[in-house]
This record gives sequence, structure tokens and C-alpha cells, in this order.
Amino acid sequence: MSLWNRHKIFEKNSILLIAGILAVIAIGGLVEITPLFYLKSTMEVVDGVRPYTPLELAGRNIYVREGCYLCHSQMIRPLRDEVERYGHYSLAAESMYDHPFQWGSKRTGPDLARVGAKYSDEWHVAHLTNPRAIVPRSVMPGYPTLAHTELDLTVMAAHLRTNRAVGVPYTEDQIKNAVADLKTQLDPDSADLASFQKRYPKAAVRNFDGSVGNPTELDALIAYLQMLGTLIDFKLYDEKANLR
Amino acid sequence: MTSPSIASKSMTMGEAGLMSVFAVSAYVCYFAGAMGHDPAFTFHALISSAASLAAASVILNRYYERPAQLPPAQIKGRPNYNLAPIKFASVMAMFWGIAGFSVGVFIASQLAWPALNFDLPWTSFGRLRPLHTSAVIFAFGGNVLIATSFYVVQKTCRTRLAGDLAPWFVVVGYNFFILIAGTGYLFGATQSKEYAEPEWYADLWLTIVWVTYFIVFLATLVKRKEPHIFVANWFYLAFIVTIAVLHLGNNPALPVSVFGSKSYIAWGGVQDAMFQWWYGHNAVGFFLTAGFLAIMYYFIPKRAERPVYSYRLSIIHFWALIFLYIWAGPHHLHYTALPDWTQTLGMTFSIMLWMPSWGGMINGLMTLSGAWDKLRTDPVLRMLVVSVAFYGMSTFEGPTMAIKVVNSLSHYTDWTVGHVHSGALGWVGFVSFGALYCLIPWLWKRELYSLKLVNWHFWIASIGIVLYISAMWVSGVLQGLMWRAYTSLGFLEYSFIESVEAMHPFYIIRAAGGAMFLIGALIMAANLWMTVNAKQTDQIQDTGALQVPGNRSSHVSLEPTQDL
Repeated sequence: MSLWNRHKIFEKNSILLIAGILAVIAIGGLVEITPLFYLKSTMEVVDGVRPYTPLELAGRNIYVREGCYLCHSQMIRPLRDEVERYGHYSLAAESMYDHPFQWGSKRTGPDLARVGAKYSDEWHVAHLTNPRAIVPRSVMPGYPTLAHTELDLTVMAAHLRTNRAVGVPYTEDQIKNAVADLKTQLDPDSADLASFQKRYPKAAVRNFDGSVGNPTELDALIAYLQMLGTLIDFKLYDEKANLR
Repeated sequence: MTSPSIASKSMTMGEAGLMSVFAVSAYVCYFAGAMGHDPAFTFHALISSAASLAAASVILNRYYERPAQLPPAQIKGRPNYNLAPIKFASVMAMFWGIAGFSVGVFIASQLAWPALNFDLPWTSFGRLRPLHTSAVIFAFGGNVLIATSFYVVQKTCRTRLAGDLAPWFVVVGYNFFILIAGTGYLFGATQSKEYAEPEWYADLWLTIVWVTYFIVFLATLVKRKEPHIFVANWFYLAFIVTIAVLHLGNNPALPVSVFGSKSYIAWGGVQDAMFQWWYGHNAVGFFLTAGFLAIMYYFIPKRAERPVYSYRLSIIHFWALIFLYIWAGPHHLHYTALPDWTQTLGMTFSIMLWMPSWGGMINGLMTLSGAWDKLRTDPVLRMLVVSVAFYGMSTFEGPTMAIKVVNSLSHYTDWTVGHVHSGALGWVGFVSFGALYCLIPWLWKRELYSLKLVNWHFWIASIGIVLYISAMWVSGVLQGLMWRAYTSLGFLEYSFIESVEAMHPFYIIRAAGGAMFLIGALIMAANLWMTVNAKQTDQIQDTGALQVPGNRSSHVSLEPTQDL
């Protein structure tokens, strides 16, 4: 009986009721979220993961802008069929520079975590422009405007700097060369190629949309898609070392 | 400008302060618009400037037109309830509901017939889908919650809503947030965090509006004339407080430029994933559940004219529900790169959550004890009760899907979409419709135009829901099974596109179900339109006593009240 009577204290005092609610809802979040920031086992130890090149980052921003995550996941689960269909299961380390994460929650289309280097650039150009020209029963929207929308290069350094402020380890050198690096990645004959590849190891360098002229959104999006899941060499990855 | 004719009349601090803030904001936003880096930002800054100017002049005009004294808190010893902001929010709820359902039907059709994307950026599925979810959850659901909470808190506290301009600031400011968020998606201004898509400046504006909402609600509770805080208000309070915490936790972001819409979220990768689904699942738990349970706890007892079934059950399930819900987020991240210990916690608490959820369902349904016959004659009550049944069903389905083995099949498929919609259409939709069918006649002091039309709405929408969720169950399970099917030789049996092809008939059925739900809402809008435009009756509708669990519980906590 007495316990029921004690509940009156909450019913008669709105401030205590709020304090009670806050205390009760704080626990779950604190227990589940806080350790992810300090438990070392949260993030695997891997080689090869680097921040996005300016072109890839611009492409990722288009991916974010168009809401691609609503139909495409970027998270391969360690289940037999997924690993066979898409490749090695995704690691936490692979999205450590992703602000925001784009793991997704729905596969109206296939997973894209390792779509990089799976199809040719020409395939992507044709598919993004008109998906049904390549895959007749696809339900994906076409994005023909990407090919003739030029990238705004003036803001690239600011994008890298903002990323650094939220924790992505871009160097001063990378920020300073943001615009030059973006152009270099589209031009294999560039004189800056060596220094670009030093700043962004293993970054693919070519004219992604296959057309001459200023860098387009299509260039950027394809550069992003073609690098997805390619940074870690899984032949060298020691799974046992990262058992959690 | 002439000076006011009555010498004693002067501006309140609120009027003067808010008017100056809006005047400054009109200027600042105009300046920001001129500096804008992208079309979304420029557009939003300019409409913010225009809206600020409009707000300042409306406040000034209101001051000139109002009597010297603000409306009294009481008239002849009875509370002088503030109903106008509630009327505004109810109308907006109906408007956004129809807009949100229409976009839903449209994007469902896009999945069946992709040509409907028109290959234009602003009509593509990826931009319209957040428009649909935000319009139905935050615009429709949010306006219903604000309208009912302002109504219920006044009635059950027997006092006028706190603040003079503040309640208006909340309802208009909230709808302005929706406008900014929704138009932003069409421009491609999005954080691409599910159900938290609005960009940084929309988030900041929502924070201001929400804190004001919290203060108005709390201040009304504080000045209540009833000794006890009624159970519905516990749920409203938990909803308001927790949504504030979740919004602030999930959305800290750094804009690339203060004159641009693009920002980068503070959290990255796995931590961002955990924050996101801590937020995402509790948007379900506190926005779509706690808030609407509050509606259930007021409107079902009122409509059935029966007391809430069990006072003790409401205590237990209230605290258990809000404690357990917060833990359930990781079930959205089963088998992902989130550490296993977190997934296991998420699964365990999701299963436990079944119990307090059904506690709420039992308390709602059993309130009908002795009044079950009314289901035959009152389609509004039937709608409210069926909503609770849907609540029970989806809160059983949810914990099932949170079990890792089940989730390995259901995750990433249409089953999730079906589950969400059985809760959203069946529970949130129907309980909102039921509440609005009660509230609109009470607010405008009119007789509801037609119960027959409510009956039509009920059946058309119910059949629509059944079509929708059964199509999604079948397509979801089919998808899941096709993805994991192996041939006898050990090869994957289906390519991905074969699973897409197999969805086609179900996507058509789903769109048809959604269209029926929309038709029901249009019937409702027409019915409410006729209600509001009817001749005023003197009879005030909301007189049925809100009874309290007297003899069912040894302890009467809620003072018996007439005319709550």
C-alpha cells in the first residue's frame, strides 16, 4: 500500500516528475553510447582507411543530398549469403570518417558497401543517367542532371576544414591543396599526381564521367562509388586479431 | 501610427520583446539571404525574413485590436480556456495529414512505376521520402500532439494555458519548422539521418520552439487547480522532455558556412549509428508512443464515459515504458559493425519492452469495461479502440523483429516498412483521427456533422491498412528468403534484381492500400469542414465526466472531477 501512496510525490510535484523522467531515460543511453567512445574494441585495427579525397567527399555529399541511403545500405552483415553476394562483412573502421554514417536501413536496391571497382565508369555513367537502360526492371530514379551540373570548387577547402573540426584527420597540406587535388584526381597527366597520391594513398585517378570540361557532379559521385569498400586489403586483414 | 486610444493600455513585455526580436530577425535573415551560398539557404533565409516581418506586424496589429486587459484566467469562477492556438494546430494537423498521405501514395507508386520520378532532382524518391515521413510523423503527428496536449493540460489542470503569445509562438513556430524542413528536402538540404533530416538551422529553430513548448506545458502544470497531475500529462511530459534530449543528442552539427545549408554531424561512423538509432527508435517510443498514449488516456475514457481501467497499471507501465524504450535502439543495428554487447542489450530490452507496451494496451482496452456496446453505435470510439488494438499488435511484432535471428531475415526488407505502417496507420493514425473527431466539435462547440461518414472513413481506412501491411509482410518475407536462397549446388539462387521484380505486384497493392487510407482522410476532412461550418449550438460537447479509477483501486489518486 505504502509504495502506491509514495507515487503521489510525483503526481503532486511537476518538477520532481520531470527529474524522475530525466533520471529514468538517461540510464539506457548512457550505458549504450558512452562506452563506444572509449572501449578500444569498438574499432578494429586496420591498414588502409584514409579520409576521403576532395572529389570523393564531394561525391559523398551528393549521395547524402539525394538520400541514396533510403534504398541502399552500406553495411554488409556477417551472414553467408551477404558475404557471398557483396563481399567481406563491413568493419566499423571502414566508416570511421563518415559524418554522417550511411549504413542505411533498407535495401530497395542492393548494398553498396563494396560496390567500388565492381562495375566500369561507363556502366555508372549510363546507369546513373538512366538506370533502366542497363537494368530493365530497376526501380531506381534516373539522375541525368548530374552530368551537366558543375561542382562548386570554391568551397572544397571549407568542407575539409569542417570535417577536421568534427574529427576527420585532414592535414593542413590536404586542406590547402583541396581544389588542386580535386582537379588532379580527374587528370592522370597532372604534374601534381605524385604529391596527390602521397596525400591520398590508393586513390583512383581518371576522368570518371568520361567527358571533357569542368568537374561535374557525375565525376564526383562515380569517384565516390568506385572507392567504396576498396581501402582495406582483406587478403592482409587479420580477422582473429580483431575478434570482439 | 496613432497612439492607442485608451491611455492605460500598454504593451506587455512579451509583445514588445517578441516584436523586437522578430523585427531584428527580419533584418538579419534578409542579410543572410543575400549572403547565401546555396539556393536552399537563400530561399529559407528570405522566407524567414518575410515570416518575421509578418509575425512582427501581426503582434502589433493584435495589440491595437485587443482590449486593454489581456483575457482573464477565469470568467465567473470557471477557467477561461485558451482554445484558439489549439484550433490552429488541429487544422494544420488535418492539412499536413492529407499532404503527407498524398506524398506517401505518390512515392509508393514510384516504387511500382519508376517513371513517376520524372528524372528531376526535386521529384525523385530520395528527396520525397523524407518529405513523406516528416509530413506524417512530425507535421501531422506533431500538430495532433501539440493540439491535444494544450487541450488536455488545460482541462485536467482546470486552468488557462500559461502564456499569452507563447502558445501561438509554439503552434505557428512549429509549423514554420515543418515548412523549412519540407522545402529543404526538395532542394536537397538534408543531413541524411533517418527521421532527423532537417539541416542545422531548422534544428536550431526547432530547439527554440520546443523549449517554449516545454515551458508553456510545464507552467500550465505548475499553476494547476487540481492537486494531482493526471496520467495523460505524465506521458505528454515524458514525450516533450525526452524528445528535447534526443533532438539535442542526435543533431549536433557544424555548418560548413553560416550562410550555407550544408553541415557535418559531430558524430562519425559507429558512434553516429548508435546515436542515430537511439534517437530514431525513441522518436517512435516517445513521439509516436508516449505522446499518443497520453491521447489514449484522455480521449478513450472521455468518449467511453468510463474511468481509466487501472491506476496502478498506469504507474507501472509508465515508468517501465520510458525506462525500457531508451535501450531498444540497437535492434536497428543487428549484425552490423556495432559491437555485439550493444546489440545484445538492444535485443534484450526490446523484448522486455513488450510487457509495458501491453500494459498500456490493456489499460486502454479495459477502460471499455461496461461500455463495449458503444463500439456498435459510436464509430469514433471504435476508431480509438481499434487503434489500441493495432498498438498491441505492432508492439508484439516489434519485439519479435528485434530478436536477432528474426531480424537477420526481416532487416533491410519491406517487413520493416510494413511493421512501421501497422503502427503508424493503425495506431498513430487512428488514435489521432479519433481524437480529432472528439476535439473539433468540442473546440468549435458544434455537433459532429456525420457519424455515418466516420463509419465510412473507418472501414475504408481499415481495409487500406490491411492491404498495406499484408502486402508488405509478404513482400518483406519473400525478399528476405530470396536473398538467402541457395541452389542445390550451393550457389545463390537469385540475383538482386530478381527480388526487385518479385516486389512489383506487392508495391501496387501497397499503393492501393495507401490510397484508401488517403481517401478515408479526405472523407474526414470533409466531415470536419461541415462540422466547423455548421450553425453553432449552445450545447457544449465536452461535458462528460472524466471518471477516475475509484472502486477498482484502493487508492484514489486522481480527484474525482466533473467537467474536466
